[in-house]
Amino acid sequence: MNAATFRFTIDGIDVEATDGQSVIEACDAAGIYIPRLCYHPDLKTSGTCRVCTCKINGRNSAACVTPAAHGMVIENDTLQLTGDRRAIIEMLFVEGNHPCPYCVASGDCELQALGYRLGMVAPQQPYQSPVRKIDATHPDIYLDHDRCILCARCIDASQMEDGKTVFGFEGRGIAMRLNVDSKGGLGDTQMAAIDKAASVCPVACIVIKRNSYRVPNGSRRFDKSPIGSDIEARRTGRKS
Amino acid sequence: MDGNADSSVEAIVREFHADRGRLLDVVEQVQHRFGRISDGAIQVISTLLGIHRVEIEDMVSFYAFFNREPRGRFRIRLSKTPISIMKGAKEVALAFEKALGVSLGETSTDGAFTLEWTSDIGMADQEPAALINGTVLTALSPADVPHIVAALREPGSDGRLHASPQHASPQHARPEATLPKATIRSSLVKAGPLLSGLSGRTDGIRAALAFSPDKVIEEITKSKLRGRGGAGFPTGMKWRFTRKAIGEDHYVVCNADEGEPGTFKDRVLLSEFPDLVFDGMTIGGYALGARHGLLYLRGEYAYMWDALQEVLKNRRRFGLLGQNIGGRKGFDFDIRIQLGAGAYICGEESALLESLEGKRGAPRDRPPFPTERGYLRQPTAIDNVETFACAARIMEKGAAWFAGFGTAQSTGTKLMSVSGDCARPGVYEAPFGITLNELLDMVGAPNAQYVQVSGPSGQSIAPKDFGRRIAYEDMSTGGSMMVFGPGRDVLEIALQFADFFVAESCGWCTPCRVGTTLLKQGMEKIVAGRATLADIAEMESLGNTVMRMSRCGLGQTAPNPILTTMRNFPELYEAKLASAPFTSRVTLHDALREAVAVQGRESATGET
Repeated sequence: MNAATFRFTIDGIDVEATDGQSVIEACDAAGIYIPRLCYHPDLKTSGTCRVCTCKINGRNSAACVTPAAHGMVIENDTLQLTGDRRAIIEMLFVEGNHPCPYCVASGDCELQALGYRLGMVAPQQPYQSPVRKIDATHPDIYLDHDRCILCARCIDASQMEDGKTVFGFEGRGIAMRLNVDSKGGLGDTQMAAIDKAASVCPVACIVIKRNSYRVPNGSRRFDKSPIGSDIEARRTGRKS
Repeated sequence: MDGNADSSVEAIVREFHADRGRLLDVVEQVQHRFGRISDGAIQVISTLLGIHRVEIEDMVSFYAFFNREPRGRFRIRLSKTPISIMKGAKEVALAFEKALGVSLGETSTDGAFTLEWTSDIGMADQEPAALINGTVLTALSPADVPHIVAALREPGSDGRLHASPQHASPQHARPEATLPKATIRSSLVKAGPLLSGLSGRTDGIRAALAFSPDKVIEEITKSKLRGRGGAGFPTGMKWRFTRKAIGEDHYVVCNADEGEPGTFKDRVLLSEFPDLVFDGMTIGGYALGARHGLLYLRGEYAYMWDALQEVLKNRRRFGLLGQNIGGRKGFDFDIRIQLGAGAYICGEESALLESLEGKRGAPRDRPPFPTERGYLRQPTAIDNVETFACAARIMEKGAAWFAGFGTAQSTGTKLMSVSGDCARPGVYEAPFGITLNELLDMVGAPNAQYVQVSGPSGQSIAPKDFGRRIAYEDMSTGGSMMVFGPGRDVLEIALQFADFFVAESCGWCTPCRVGTTLLKQGMEKIVAGRATLADIAEMESLGNTVMRMSRCGLGQTAPNPILTTMRNFPELYEAKLASAPFTSRVTLHDALREAVAVQGRESATGET
């Protein structure tokens, strides 16, 4: 199929897009990084985190759920958007319990990496210090709710990719939590370590047991280069 | 759960044809029948609908009116709003605590009573009000409480209450009279052109049927009718988009999830002018080529269920619903009422659609808009109750008649729900363009300190702006007008509104889920006199982030009570400033509380 192509601009840079692409997909392909957290290229977009919000034709919209359209004028890398995105990352840090220095995901955590990339120093907002339980009922996976940022990746991956519907949400508002499809915890569900849902967690909420330090601290993804570098490396003809 | 209960749940699921889309109805019935949604019930529903238990829990745990654990046979829910508190709701709550021997949020040991707060129940002109199961009590005073509790303790008192939710319960004939204060005063104070001179129920429909559907939409467009929920989208355009959109079916949805604190005009329309609303929906059905209409009624209005069903039944009898309506061959249209279950967010149109489909009321991202993909992903026109009433009158009296009222950009009249410190609270119909001053004169509030226009999601308007007009081009509003007189604590009220958004945020997106809680905590620090200038600047910045980054209207407006009071009453914030350059959010005493409890001794430093 020959999809129609069209063009739009982001921060003044001309981008080519095809019909059916979202703003974030088109920008990723063009090597322009829009900070994002809940978005995962293999999964359905849920639009939960709002980090990828850009000013699109003068209005704030999340780039992951906005279809690209001809002639769009998009602002991405602005002081205000960076500040707002940093504030969202900070909200997630104070909402859960995120002790980076001793967290198994440190260096491989998208939340932490975004904190660095967006220039978060120490949260200005008060830590909520919620009391959440670890679910260690599964032989190969543990579920550390302290780290959960309610991104919905695992929910979608389990439902659409694994065909299992192991995960869902429970409650609403600040009391919302990740829930599993059994009273007996994760060990009582159909979850397996090879499931897509086990590999898409951006933080250390869903963790494969006995696997955490295969790559040592200091040599991990975001220890080497900031989050988004891989996307930016795709851009050719970059202005210096 | 025993076998009997299992088979009852099974019967309920079958009553709704084991249709996953009717999960909300199924759960409402189970809640009604058993007083809770047990694990056993979830198991049965899950098996029969062929969905996972986690999907059912996802939905059940979202709505305030469902509970997994057992609660009291009588659920006493006290309406908690700044207005109810001004009118003495806290004293009423104390009286209930005393009479029942429980604290708010608790259930009595005999399992008879649960006492709790709930968000505004749509009775702002007759607060303090409460829901006991599905029955509404109004104008409560502490002196009423012992009588109410005594009446509830009498054997057989269950039968005197409206069930919540209420389905198929024909035997209550005016039972409320026996429960003290179980009456709802008519709230209509001033009717205007929309609500007067109503000759008969069929006029609007007959007039519409004389036109082609396209011509009906043209007439609505010509009237310049705009959505009465407050957003003000042109109704004619919405209907045209929906009619043109391609789908297997088209739907007309009436948004009667009137949850904005301080609003109750839809209650008046649905209880006193239901035919006018159904006329409007039916006209919409004709114009859009829709066969199905849905009225999403907020759970707090369950008490209207029987009466509304009766109206629908009569309309079917008179050929105003069903097949070949008004004798027009091929015009088939019927209306189903969907009862909500306690979630303010469901008044947001896309969250309402999710709820209608039996899911948690989380808003959708747009595009696609409901006009293209709405209920069941089919083209859907969702309009406010009042908008449908207007549409019916426009067809009956003509677009020119309607456009003769109001201003050039805001035609017609607006129903305003007025409550608070005024002599004559209630619903007022006034032409668009009326100033706040004129409205305040009408309702008897000469000394208003400020008016909360459009509820917590709206703005706090100070006297210097009382000359502003109620119109889409100036102050757009769904009609909630809370009047606050001299001496009311503006910051305390802003804090109560902040608390409301914490309770009602759906939780889907980060800025709203976390931001509303942080805003409330910041406001608490300010009200406690512990905030510094830096704290207030931080609050303002946070409020702006929540406004800019949230996914739907709830989060985008949640900081309004704080931001608009900061703008309009800076001197009140200034007066609360702490003198120190920095104060911790938590006092040392509170910070050490856990350690002190563990150690079993008071800290030597004392209070700081």
